[in-house]
Amino acid sequence: MVEKRGVGTVLTHVALILGIGLLCFPLYLTFVGSTHTSRDVLSVPMPLLPGDQMVRNYTVALTSGVGVGVAKMLANSMVMALGIAVGKIAISMLSAYAIVYFRFPFRMAAFWAIFMTLMLPVEVRIVPTFEVVASLNMLNSYTGLILPLIASATATFLFRQFFLTVPDELVEAARVDGAGPMRFFKDILLPLSRTNMAALFVILFIYGWNQYLWPLLITTRGDMNTIVMGLGQMIPSADDYGDWPVTMAAATLAIVPPVAVVIFMQRLFIKGLVESEK
Amino acid sequence: MSLRSITMAAAVATAFVPISGAMAQDKTEIQWWHAMSGRLGDLLQQQVEQFNESQDEYEVVATYKGTYSETLNAGIAGFRAGEQPHIMQVYEVGTATMMAAKGAIKPVYQLMEEANEPFDPNAYLAAVAGYYTTTDGEMLSLPYNSSTPVLYINQQALEEAGVDPDTKPETWPEVEELLVELKENGVECPFTTAWQSWIHLENLSSYHNQPFATEENGFAGVDTELVFNGELQNKHIAMLADWADRGLFTYGGRGSDAGPLFRSGECALYTESSAGYAGVKAEAEFPFSVSSLPYWPDVEGAPYNTIIGGASLWVMSGHDDAEYVGVAKLLSFLSSPEIQAQWHQDTGYLPITNAAYELTKESGFYEENPGTDIAIIQMTGKEPTPNSKGLRLGSFDQIRAVINEELEMVWQGDKDPSAGLDEAISRGNQLLRRFEQSVE
Amino acid sequence: MEKRVSFNNRALPYLLLFPQLAVTAVFFFWPAGQALYQSFLRPDPFGLSARFVGLENFRYILTDPLYLQSFATTAIFTSLVTFVAMAVALFLAAMADQVIKGSGVYRTLIVWPYAVAPAVAGVMWMFMLQPSIGVIAFYMKQLGITWNPLLDGQDAMLLVVLASAWKQVSYNFLFFLAGMQAVPRSLIEAAAIDGAGRWRRFWTIIFPLLSPTTFFLLVINIVYAFFETFGVIHTMTSGGPGRATTTLVYKVYADGFVGQDLGSSAAQSVILMVVVSVLTVIQFRYIERRVHY
Repeated sequence: MVEKRGVGTVLTHVALILGIGLLCFPLYLTFVGSTHTSRDVLSVPMPLLPGDQMVRNYTVALTSGVGVGVAKMLANSMVMALGIAVGKIAISMLSAYAIVYFRFPFRMAAFWAIFMTLMLPVEVRIVPTFEVVASLNMLNSYTGLILPLIASATATFLFRQFFLTVPDELVEAARVDGAGPMRFFKDILLPLSRTNMAALFVILFIYGWNQYLWPLLITTRGDMNTIVMGLGQMIPSADDYGDWPVTMAAATLAIVPPVAVVIFMQRLFIKGLVESEK
Repeated sequence: MSLRSITMAAAVATAFVPISGAMAQDKTEIQWWHAMSGRLGDLLQQQVEQFNESQDEYEVVATYKGTYSETLNAGIAGFRAGEQPHIMQVYEVGTATMMAAKGAIKPVYQLMEEANEPFDPNAYLAAVAGYYTTTDGEMLSLPYNSSTPVLYINQQALEEAGVDPDTKPETWPEVEELLVELKENGVECPFTTAWQSWIHLENLSSYHNQPFATEENGFAGVDTELVFNGELQNKHIAMLADWADRGLFTYGGRGSDAGPLFRSGECALYTESSAGYAGVKAEAEFPFSVSSLPYWPDVEGAPYNTIIGGASLWVMSGHDDAEYVGVAKLLSFLSSPEIQAQWHQDTGYLPITNAAYELTKESGFYEENPGTDIAIIQMTGKEPTPNSKGLRLGSFDQIRAVINEELEMVWQGDKDPSAGLDEAISRGNQLLRRFEQSVE
Repeated sequence: MEKRVSFNNRALPYLLLFPQLAVTAVFFFWPAGQALYQSFLRPDPFGLSARFVGLENFRYILTDPLYLQSFATTAIFTSLVTFVAMAVALFLAAMADQVIKGSGVYRTLIVWPYAVAPAVAGVMWMFMLQPSIGVIAFYMKQLGITWNPLLDGQDAMLLVVLASAWKQVSYNFLFFLAGMQAVPRSLIEAAAIDGAGRWRRFWTIIFPLLSPTTFFLLVINIVYAFFETFGVIHTMTSGGPGRATTTLVYKVYADGFVGQDLGSSAAQSVILMVVVSVLTVIQFRYIERRVHY
């Protein structure tokens, strides 16, 4: 790295800490809220420092699964998030590879067909999608939770962008070595894509984890509930009162697994292209 | 764990694992989709458990399906795919939509008849059940959570401003006097309201026996037109606009978003649903009183009765007769005096039967919780008229949104009160015509 | 954009595309087609009856002056969200890229907000900025800053822009950073030796090399601001006050999902799709030319 010391570095840290402070303030507030009594949270202004109700609120949040235990909901969320992240990355890498590295009829048509999926909000097509899933007998199943959310133009587009930046010389070298397209994909493109895959995995995992409307619609049994659904159910109805600190404690807990994934993925970030360049 | 092993794990986990619905096989299962979250959801679940324990033929499964509109969409999607629940909770503004879906619903009166379940429509409070009953007296859906607007007063704020804390203004002019006095004595926010369209136009109209829409507010036909720009409504909205201008009225947002303004003690007077009682009681750190919704004394015969809001239970078509018998039993169970009285006392929602009201009276609940009977007295004081039975309008949710939009411009001072009402009516009528065409 | 070198294989590309196209066809085109077909119908929500009305739904929508007004609202909203989300993320990523110690910690903390469930995020913003209970709103009032998103359209717009951009910052940050880390260090070091300062090195070397990522994020952010922000708008302002924050997609949501007017919402979706498709094609045609692959 260039310029390892100096005022610049300090300023950089200051800027980052400020940015994080702003971005994470809502999270901090949720945490603070989860450590007070309901009364304190609702007083104006609410306190900005943690209180002493943490143990009580988190205990309640952990033991008060609505109809189904927290562990089961966490497991369901985990399967759904992993399924969506892995599934999306797998299918979109393949299709982006086809679109960038091959010439064939309807190539651009295929790309735009995939791209179209971005252009219609889920809520508009959710009722007919439900009918499709129901007719395929996938209600109340992990397949029904995952498959319809797997078609993603975002991931295909990202890989397309990345593949385009990969130097052409690599393909030529592979050819000289007599490597076929699949060998090239596996031995060269896949390792090169690690950083992007890691970034995408984080994003898609969280996307899957936070799905609300779709699981709400296609699951009718408590044992298929996800943690975010459970969370939605804890937020008090309009006009009524609720235990906000417990809701906030549950919200804080629901963030833990996605954040764990981010931390875990750090290793892949560091071992990405940066290393291979050096 | 490497990427590959994650892939493997996910592949194994996602391999077709339909969760089997292996409930107790000998019981008939009844699905009930609802929109009650938080504490209300827990109370609903308790009712279900009580029913399930009370007999061994039926097993009711209650499922939370999100907000009212999410629940309605879930029910619609379910019906289109042949996967509808037996019972669906639908908010009052969805009544016309459900009614129009003739092949999708089973009217409650018909269900009870076919299931041979004893059912006396006269046992229900006319002012509550009337909202969901046809002009021929046939009950279409069972009122579940119903409430009506009342006035909440922060007694501490009154006392601090040097006003007798037991003051209960009965008419709008009296309210204005009080607000001015409060303002002069340092109360920054004398008045706020929840549900502006419901309280200050819909209920205002019924309470003074004025039509909100033609065709008996839509009960007599879908060719109804909005008419809430009469003299009374214009006067009322102009008064509120004037209050907003003078700082007597602070607008707190759509729906019940203004709640925190009152519960935190900032605003002194608050018009809100009677179902807000539990929330105010739980959060307010000051003594408060509940009073009936103020009226305009110059309108002849006023006050009439207010109308309800909330939701009702609709029975969906397409299930076995045996299952419908269970549904009928559940509805009877939910209507029973004990269950209703308990629900009423826990939530502030209105009891749906006279028996439940009487039972609550006998229990001494109203003495212990003064003000909780205001809503029911206000609703049952007079026989409902064609203008005060309720509202049955298509696309009602969108009409309310239009009214919210126009009223906000009025409070902001961007629009004249009468111009706002006229515009709301012409835009609302357009929505009504579209609805009419879709159900023809 | 095309690669100069490519493989020759007849069946393989179709095989590679098959999984994604199959999933897309079954779970997107089939249901989406059904949804869009309703733009020519006046259907009832339960699917019990539907009357063919030709272009009536389009006429109804396009003659509504308020609908045309929400085009302007959408344009302002989308530009602001895209700009704020990308600029903040680019800045933070540039900073994080220079840090060696603690870069993992920074990255985790910046990605963190993305993990908050949308339903909870709405509530949190309320606890911060709602005039009645918001803690930030409270201190703003103490400082004498007027803040009333309930009645002031500009305040409301600011509120939904901030809430929508907030989440997207994390997203953009992650991809900007991944892109920056792929920039060969040798290039930067060579420039440093030539005496180029940080600022110049960033704009003349890193930023151009980042252009494939920037282009990707530009397209994705515009699409995000167009299509995925109605949830935020719904929980925070419901499109108000008046119609100050009613964007095109919020109206689709309010009319179709909440109001059950499927014909009108389908027609609006078609219009929306056309608008965004045109925008996207323009971006691929004209902006992508400046992308440096």
